[in-house]
Amino acid sequence: MYGTVRHEVRIHRPADEVWALAGDAARLHEWFPGIDACEVDGDRRTVTTTSGLALPELILVTDDRARRFQYRLDVPIVSHHRGTIDVIDLGDGSCLVVYSTEADPRAMALTIGGGTLGALRELKRQMEEEA
Amino acid sequence: MGRKILFVTTDQQRYDTLGCNGGQLSRTPVIDGLAAQGVRYERAVPQSVVCMPSRSTMLTGQHPSTHGVWMNGVPLPADAPSVAALLREHGYRTALIGKAHFQPFLDPFGRFEENQPTLAAGAHRGFEHFESATHSPMGPLTYARWLLTEHPEAAGGFYRVLDDQLEVNAAGGGDTGAPQVQVNPVPREWYHTDWVADRTISWLDSLGADDDFFCWMSFPDPHHPWDPPASELHRVPWREVPLPVGYPETAAEREALLDAKPRHWRGWYDGTLVSNYEAPLDWVPAEMTADQVREVNAVNAVEVELIDEALGRVMAAIAAKGWADDVDVIFTTDHGELQGDFGLLFKGPYHVDGLMRLPLIWRPAPSSAPAPATVTAPVGIVDLAPTFCRIAGLDAPSWMEGSALPVDDADAADRGFERVLTEWDSELFGVDVHLRTITRDGWVCTAYLPGSHHDGTEGELYDLTDDPLQRVNRWDDPSCAARRAELLADLWDHQPALVAPRPVEAPV
Repeated sequence: MYGTVRHEVRIHRPADEVWALAGDAARLHEWFPGIDACEVDGDRRTVTTTSGLALPELILVTDDRARRFQYRLDVPIVSHHRGTIDVIDLGDGSCLVVYSTEADPRAMALTIGGGTLGALRELKRQMEEEA
Repeated sequence: MGRKILFVTTDQQRYDTLGCNGGQLSRTPVIDGLAAQGVRYERAVPQSVVCMPSRSTMLTGQHPSTHGVWMNGVPLPADAPSVAALLREHGYRTALIGKAHFQPFLDPFGRFEENQPTLAAGAHRGFEHFESATHSPMGPLTYARWLLTEHPEAAGGFYRVLDDQLEVNAAGGGDTGAPQVQVNPVPREWYHTDWVADRTISWLDSLGADDDFFCWMSFPDPHHPWDPPASELHRVPWREVPLPVGYPETAAEREALLDAKPRHWRGWYDGTLVSNYEAPLDWVPAEMTADQVREVNAVNAVEVELIDEALGRVMAAIAAKGWADDVDVIFTTDHGELQGDFGLLFKGPYHVDGLMRLPLIWRPAPSSAPAPATVTAPVGIVDLAPTFCRIAGLDAPSWMEGSALPVDDADAADRGFERVLTEWDSELFGVDVHLRTITRDGWVCTAYLPGSHHDGTEGELYDLTDDPLQRVNRWDDPSCAARRAELLADLWDHQPALVAPRPVEAPV
């Protein structure tokens, strides 16, 4: 069964600045708590969790103009997955970052979605506190 | 040296599973003995009927609206108030051994402290010692790591709590194919009930003779899966188990009862609506047989007996330490289990006695010369933390919302134990349900807030005296209109402080 989860956060930094980090496939581990490393090879990415689990992913979209990044987990337990990060310019020097997770089984959407929520919180902290 | 506190919790245990509460299936001489020496509560009510919110209430002394854990999967903030931290600040040695569940179990990114292989001493919510367990031998918790290290061959005998879809498993087992039942060949001494007792005894043995302690011994059973050691199943032969009084034996009777309640009841029974993650998605209650109800009740009773015996071992260890007169024991659970009532199992947004009437025993330290009593006034899980403060000689801090448990009905009347509030909020992929309930004056009244399947006009009203099985919903009974209005007014007048809702971060 299919499930979707969406989290968003407003960050008081320019969209391009946030996109430079959030849109870089090789830097996810810098702001996603629980992911310790990322390796990118063409359209393939492997993220390694804190527990040592290596998760292969396929990069679907990296659109610098729309500031959209999409990928999917490529593991047997997930028959469908799509993660989408959108950085939306709010026109006032701030931006809205939306991290969506679609998954089958649906419980994976909740489970991964919890991780994305923590990631957005960390992204906001880094962008605003370390600016 | 003050009074020491042994706080014993089980998970998802019904009131009527104890001998002292009239239970017939399980033999519970240890708990019955504590009840005979102390205070037995006949109307102890949880503030939530699922684990994380209720356990957070135990720790914080707050209602779910206030501590913010409004459903399973919402973590209790790391800086939430904690009665364990308070007691520790006042010199108590503190431990939690067994099931905590203040944070989600499903945690692939390892974000939650409770799922870390090791916790820094004293770092977790005021517990200087923390050894964790849950129903499964899989995952990062202490019991699972112990079993997989010491007895890996035993892990495969346990029931798989989640299925391939990560949903609560609907697979049946045992003799009848009952959901979440499995014959488990694990030796009794390796099962988590005995492990929790063993680890508790070990920690108690590490204390100095004059140490005051607050030890939360938290058994994962008798929460499903029902997979106790096979060697113990002979204790309660399921074929000899009578059907529970709350189980209507014919489908027509079940359906008529459910149709008189708000519509999510019948929807769940028919398999058309699963509103909460705690119920197996692929299980249809209408297909449950009477024999399956018998087997679930039998295996549950076995688990309750094992808990009673484990508690007996801990009490013997306490006596051997010379502390028998100085230890307060409080025994309770986080919420109940439907266990066949209305043809249903497990739990969900159903505020009836199966889930709402809890076993609660307080055996004060014998050195305090307690007078045995039975309290009929309603009390709450929210009253536990202030009770621990009272035992320790501390004033309950202002962040606690309950009051120290009454020692008898006169005390309850003097201190205004009139009402208990219970909340339910859940959101699961477009299905949301919201209940607010008051228990007082022998009635239980539940108002439904607007949600995906309710328009906010629905409710349930039961007379607990004349209708102890809550079969007749009096919500729309004109003769009860004044009673309903009075209870609703009181319910809305006493709502707890509300924090901004926090997001769900995992299914459970």
